[in-house]
Amino acid sequence: MSWQLGPEDLPALALGATLLGTGGGGDPHIGRLLVEQAMREHGPVTILDPDDLDDDLLIIPTAQMGAPTVVLERIPAGPEPLAALRRLEDHRGRRAAATMPIECGGINSMIPLLVGATGGLPVVDADGMGRAFPELQMETFSVYGVPGSPLAIADELGHTVLIDTGEDNRQLEWLARGVTIRLGGVAYIAEYAMTGRQVKDTAVPRTLSLALSVGRAILDARRDHRDPFAALADAFSRTIYTHIRELFHGKVVDVERRTTEGFARGRARIRSADGDGELEISFQNENLVAIRDEIQLAVVPDLICILEEETAEPITTERLRYGDRVRVIGVSTPALMRTPEALAVFGPRCFGLDREFVPVEDGPGGEIAGTADARMEEWEQTPVR
Amino acid sequence: MRIGIDVGGTNTDAVLMDANTVAAAVKRSTSADVTTGIVEALAALQEQRAFSVDDIDAVMIGTTHFINALVEARRLAPTAAVRLGLPATASLPPFVDWPEPLVAAMQGRAYLAHGGHEFDGREISPLDPDELKRHAADIAASGSRSVAISSVFSPINSELELQAQEILQAELGPDVAFSLSHEIGRIGLLERENATIINAALRELATSIVDGLASSVAASGLTAPLFLSQNDGTLMDMEYARRYPVATFASGPTNSMRGAAVLSGLDTCAVVDVGGTTTDVGVLNQGFPREATGEVLVAGVRTNFRMPDVLSIGIGGGSLVRENGALVGPDSVGYRLNTEALVFGGSTLTATDVAVAAGWAEIGDTGRVGHLSQEAADRALDVIATRVADVVERMRTSAAPLPVVAVGGGSVLLPEELPGLGRLHRPENFAVANAIGAAIAQVSGEIDKVYAISEGSRATVIDEARQEAVDRAIAAGAHPGSVEIVDFDEVPIPYLPGNATRIRAKAVGDLALTAVAR
Repeated sequence: MSWQLGPEDLPALALGATLLGTGGGGDPHIGRLLVEQAMREHGPVTILDPDDLDDDLLIIPTAQMGAPTVVLERIPAGPEPLAALRRLEDHRGRRAAATMPIECGGINSMIPLLVGATGGLPVVDADGMGRAFPELQMETFSVYGVPGSPLAIADELGHTVLIDTGEDNRQLEWLARGVTIRLGGVAYIAEYAMTGRQVKDTAVPRTLSLALSVGRAILDARRDHRDPFAALADAFSRTIYTHIRELFHGKVVDVERRTTEGFARGRARIRSADGDGELEISFQNENLVAIRDEIQLAVVPDLICILEEETAEPITTERLRYGDRVRVIGVSTPALMRTPEALAVFGPRCFGLDREFVPVEDGPGGEIAGTADARMEEWEQTPVR
Repeated sequence: MRIGIDVGGTNTDAVLMDANTVAAAVKRSTSADVTTGIVEALAALQEQRAFSVDDIDAVMIGTTHFINALVEARRLAPTAAVRLGLPATASLPPFVDWPEPLVAAMQGRAYLAHGGHEFDGREISPLDPDELKRHAADIAASGSRSVAISSVFSPINSELELQAQEILQAELGPDVAFSLSHEIGRIGLLERENATIINAALRELATSIVDGLASSVAASGLTAPLFLSQNDGTLMDMEYARRYPVATFASGPTNSMRGAAVLSGLDTCAVVDVGGTTTDVGVLNQGFPREATGEVLVAGVRTNFRMPDVLSIGIGGGSLVRENGALVGPDSVGYRLNTEALVFGGSTLTATDVAVAAGWAEIGDTGRVGHLSQEAADRALDVIATRVADVVERMRTSAAPLPVVAVGGGSVLLPEELPGLGRLHRPENFAVANAIGAAIAQVSGEIDKVYAISEGSRATVIDEARQEAVDRAIAAGAHPGSVEIVDFDEVPIPYLPGNATRIRAKAVGDLALTAVAR
C-alpha cells in the first residue's frame, strides 16, 4: 500500500526523526526546509510499503554524510544526493525504482525525500539503522549480507567519487569519511544498492511512518492538552518498537563533552527531583547507555531519549545543559536489531563499552501507560525475517 | 554623572545616575515624534535634581523602536540580499521561510553569487566580479536602497563579503547602505543572513531615529557623548547604531534585568519580573544576561540574535484565582486589573486580591476582600511561590546558590523567602529599572569561530581567541586595563578532522569616556 507524504507532514516527521536520533543524527531543520522547497516545486512524494516491493526491483538508498554543523553554513546546492544516486545507477547500468533512508533518525530521514521530490522517485518506508548511528557499516543491511559498496559520493560542485571496497563495509566507511572531509566536511551518498527482496529481508520496516506517527503523537497531544508521554506510548505500541519505559525523571546536573577521533563523546548526569538517585547517560553523538546507581537500565541499540519533562521535546546532546528538566525514556528496538550478528556491528562493544546488551524491557521499572483504546487496536506485526 | 533614558512604546523614563546611585528618576509619555518625550523627560530630571551639563559624562538610550518597526513592518527600506556561496546553498535562497508580508514590506529581492568558504578555509568558488556587476544593475533597476551581503563561513573568513561590497558599492554608488553578515551574526548561514537582511531593512530608519535622538539630547543643551544599548547590555556609539540597528533588538529585557541588578547591588543573580499577566525570569552572570542558546523567532523570521534567556509563566497581579486558591492563572484580567479586581470594585478574584487579603499589600479597598478565607488566600500564595521558585530553579546553571531579585508591580505576590532559594531581594525604584540598566558604561567585543586544534596547541588557540575578543572590546571603546573575558564557550564539532572546535568568547570593559568624548 503506497501513500503520499506532503509538506504538511514535515514538521511531525522532523520532530519524530529528532526523537529517533536519540540525541544525535543532526538537526533535521535544514533538511525539512530543503524537502519543503522541493515539494513546493515538484509536489508530494510517494511512499512505498516494503512488503509491496517486487523482489527484483532495484532500490538505492541515499543519505548525507559528515558534520551536521557544516550544513548549517554550507547548505547544499540541491542536486547532490540525486547526483550520487545517478552516478551509482550509471555505474550499475540500471535505474533505481525507488530510494530509501539508511538512517531514520535525524537529518537523514529527510534526504531521500529530497531525492524523491527532485528525481520523481518513490521512497521506501524503511531504513537500515532503525534510529541514528555514527558510521556507515552500522546498518542492518550490512548485518544481513548486503554490501555498502559500491558507494557514490557527490558534492555541490558536481564532483563525484565512486568507492568500492567489496564486502568490507568498515573500510568503506573509512574511505568515504576521508573523501567527505576533502569535499568540505559534508557530502551526499548513494550506497547499499539492493533488490526489493533484500529490502524485505534486511531493512527495519516502516520507520518513516514510525517517525511521522511519533512526531504527530507529540504535536497532537500538545495541541489538545493531553499527556504527550501517554501519546508516545500509544504511538510506539502500534509499531515493532513495542516497549516504552520511563527510565528516569529529573534535572540535568552535569554535562561533560569532549571530542576524540572526530566524535562528540561525554556524559550527562540527571538527578531526581526528590534527590533520590541519579541517572548517568554516556553518549557518542547518540545516547549509548543509561545507568542508575550502577544498574544498567538501557543500552545501545535500544533507544535512550532525553525529552523535556512537559512538552516531550527531544533534547540533543549538543543542546543539553544544566538545569534542563527531563524525562528519559527507553524504547525497545525490533528483533532484527538485537540478534548476535546485529550486536556485533552496533552493540555496546562497538562503542567501546564493556557491557552486555540487555533488552530495555528486561530491566527494572514499568511501561509508560498509553490510553486504553490504543492497545485494543494494537497491530498484528508481520514477522521481519 | 550619567543619564539613562528608556524610550518604550508607552513611556519614556529617564534617570540621573551618580555612579550606581539613582540621583533622580522620572517617567513621561512617549511622544509620537520621540523627540518631545525625551526633551520633556530631561527637563523633568533637571527639575527634580538640578545638574550642570558639564557634570554629565555620557547619555545612554535604550529603545524598542527598531524591533517595533520590524514587527509592524513599517518604514522598512527596499532591500536586496546577496549571498556568496554558489554552487552551494542554491536550494534555499535568501528570504526562504520568511512571512510573505514582511518580504513584501521591504520589497525583498534575493541574489545568489559565486564565492563562500569551506570550514577549513578553502574557497568554495572564486568571486565573479562580472556576476556581481550584473546583480548590481538589477538591484539599481529595482530600486533597492539597502543591501545585505552574506557569505558561507564568513565568521571564519570575512574577506569575500568585503570584496563583494567593494564591487557592488562601486556600481551602486555611495547612497546605498551595506550590511555584512560577519559583523552581525554567528555560525548558521540562514539565521545570520536573516539578521543581516533585517539590519539592512532598518538602515534608513536608523539614520532618522539616531538623528532624532541626537537632536533631542542636543536641544536639552547636553554635549556629552551619546550611546545606545545593545542586546547584551553593553553600549554602542551613534555611528555604530546607524550601521547596526539590529543590535538594539533585545535591549528592553536586558536593560530591565541589568537595572534590577544595579539596584540590588548584585551582579550574579536571578531576576524575577512579576507583571500583570506573566512572570519573566532571567539570569545575570557577572552583570550580563545569560543568552538563549537556540534560534529566536523575530516577527516570524528565524534568527540567531543574542537574546537574553528568559522563561515566562502565566502568573501575574491580574491572574485569575480559582478552585478555592488551588488554581492561579494562566488567564489574567490584564490591563483591566484596575477595574475588574475585587479591591478595585470589580467582581473577579485575582492574585492581587489574594495578596491584599493575606495582608501582604495595601492596594485599593482592602475591605472588599475581607470575606476571603485565610486558608484559600494562603493556598493561592503558596501556589504562586512554588511555581515561581520552580522557574528560578530551572534557570539556574549550576548548583551554586543564586540570589533572587524581585521587581515589577506584581512582586507583592511573592513571599519574603522563596522555597529553597532563600530571601528575596526587593530593590527600590524598580519602576525605572530599564533606564537604570541603560545607564551602565560598559562595552564589549566578541568572537565566534571554528578553530583546528592540533595536538598540544589548545592553550595557544584559546589565548588567541580570548585576545581577539579583548582587542575587539578595546576597538569598541573599552578602557584597555578594564577588559575581562566574561563568557567563554568551547564546543567540539563532530565528524571533522583536527579536533575542529567552535570557540565563542566575549570580553567586556569599562567605557573609556575620554577616548570617545567629542
